[in-house]
Amino acid sequence: MQYVNKALKERLKSYRKRPVSLLLFLPVMISAAITMGILLLLTGYIIVKGIPNIKPDLFSWEYSTANVSLMPALINTVLMIAISLLISVPVGALSAVYLVEYAKSNSRLVRIIRITAETLSGIPSIVYGLFGMLFFVTTLGWGMSLLAGACTLSIMILPLIMRTAEEALKAVPASYREGSYGLGAGKLRTIFKIVLPSAMPGIIAGIILAIGRIVGESAALIYTAGTVAKIPEGKDFLLDSTRTLSVHMYALSSEGLYLNQAYATAVILLLTVLAINSLSAYLAKRLTKS
Amino acid sequence: MDKIIIENLNLFYGDFCALKGINMTIRANEITAFIGPSGCGKTSLLKSINRMNDLIEGCIINGRILLDGESIYRDVDINLLRKRVGMVFQKPNPFPMSVYDNVAFGPRTHGIRSKLKLDDLVEKALRQAAIWDELKDRLKKSALELSGGQQQRLCIARALAVQPEVLLMDEPTSALDPISTLRIEELAVDLKKDYTIIIVTHNMQQAVRIADSAAFFLNGELIEYSGAQELFSIPKDKRTEDYITGRFG
Repeated sequence: MQYVNKALKERLKSYRKRPVSLLLFLPVMISAAITMGILLLLTGYIIVKGIPNIKPDLFSWEYSTANVSLMPALINTVLMIAISLLISVPVGALSAVYLVEYAKSNSRLVRIIRITAETLSGIPSIVYGLFGMLFFVTTLGWGMSLLAGACTLSIMILPLIMRTAEEALKAVPASYREGSYGLGAGKLRTIFKIVLPSAMPGIIAGIILAIGRIVGESAALIYTAGTVAKIPEGKDFLLDSTRTLSVHMYALSSEGLYLNQAYATAVILLLTVLAINSLSAYLAKRLTKS
Repeated sequence: MDKIIIENLNLFYGDFCALKGINMTIRANEITAFIGPSGCGKTSLLKSINRMNDLIEGCIINGRILLDGESIYRDVDINLLRKRVGMVFQKPNPFPMSVYDNVAFGPRTHGIRSKLKLDDLVEKALRQAAIWDELKDRLKKSALELSGGQQQRLCIARALAVQPEVLLMDEPTSALDPISTLRIEELAVDLKKDYTIIIVTHNMQQAVRIADSAAFFLNGELIEYSGAQELFSIPKDKRTEDYITGRFG
């Protein structure tokens, strides 16, 4: 305690000598306080209003207007994540492999791919939703469906996966590749046995980020996957319309009748995002350790 | 016996000529040292022998390099060439895998799948690299946890595991402490009875200690090439003498 007091006293003395540094110190501390305050206010408000409303009813398997269960939406979110990743991870990762391992660094094709990817990542998600609706739902005739939603989301997260995979591949030291070639391994073997496994932590980090984006997406899905609160089943399950957790929240809030349950659902959504972020932070730590 | 014959080799990085008209013969079961100041082309020449220069964009080579009489650019499959001509790099570069998997990577690449055979090859290679006793109880542990000297000996074991004929060493001890350096030098002398070794080195005492023949390069040209003892004690060319006595370097 004595040390703290001493430091504080010395600091106050220095501020008296140089009031300008106080002028910098105060806004810095106040800004930090405001940022923390907003975060605490937001999460605190949701938690305080939501937790009392978390009833076991909310997790029942069948949705009804009585229980407005979020379970179908939760399951659908998981399905949506799985299918979107199944499409975009191979495509994104292999495009990144092409960009880093095969293409000549200044080629025109590389530049076009890069510009395309950057543009795609800047488009607002509602535009993806409209494209998805016009193309997958209407033109291809799939109707509002899990598949239409997943395909739209895959296009949305593709640039993200491609970019993080590219960074991860570039971060693999050239000495690994040299060592592999020096032993007589060909390019394909070097890429699949040495480079990709080394880049895997970075690629996974990108996938986690993409999952975060999918969970938070509502606008694109309202127009492509729809809002039916049922778990898809049967052999045509890909063509069933479904709602995800964010869409479920939107529906609850806009109907105006279930605000309490909306808060409860918001808490669950918050916990999901927290879980995903913790996972990616843990992975990032593992990455830097190795 | 002539293992490698280099005929009229010229090497360009884009417009820059790094090697001019190199003609030399490397004899089998000897240690040949390439010496010279930085940028003289000795590493470029070394990397031409196993065609690692092919990986560099804009690198053009003309002339011939013959391994046992066959042109490496025409008659030999490149992956087979790199199996026959192994390389150890300046900075140890073990793969981020276990010790076992590092050494087994080469044999697996060239088609050996049987676990028994792999176990055998791994042990043999690690023994040849004089590192079996240190690592035999930790074969499954990551190679990245080893010290610099151990990693370099592991890389030598890895290169030996594919049973090459020639071993190219690019300043293999420049990043290591004196004791590890000495161990690797002893290793090289021991290996030459079974392999042909070419070592690029900045360290002239090292070349004196272990080389049978020495080649001095300057500005992309081969200035002098003779027996090591001869080159270091009675150099024929004045430039060689100046380099050896430290007048430039």
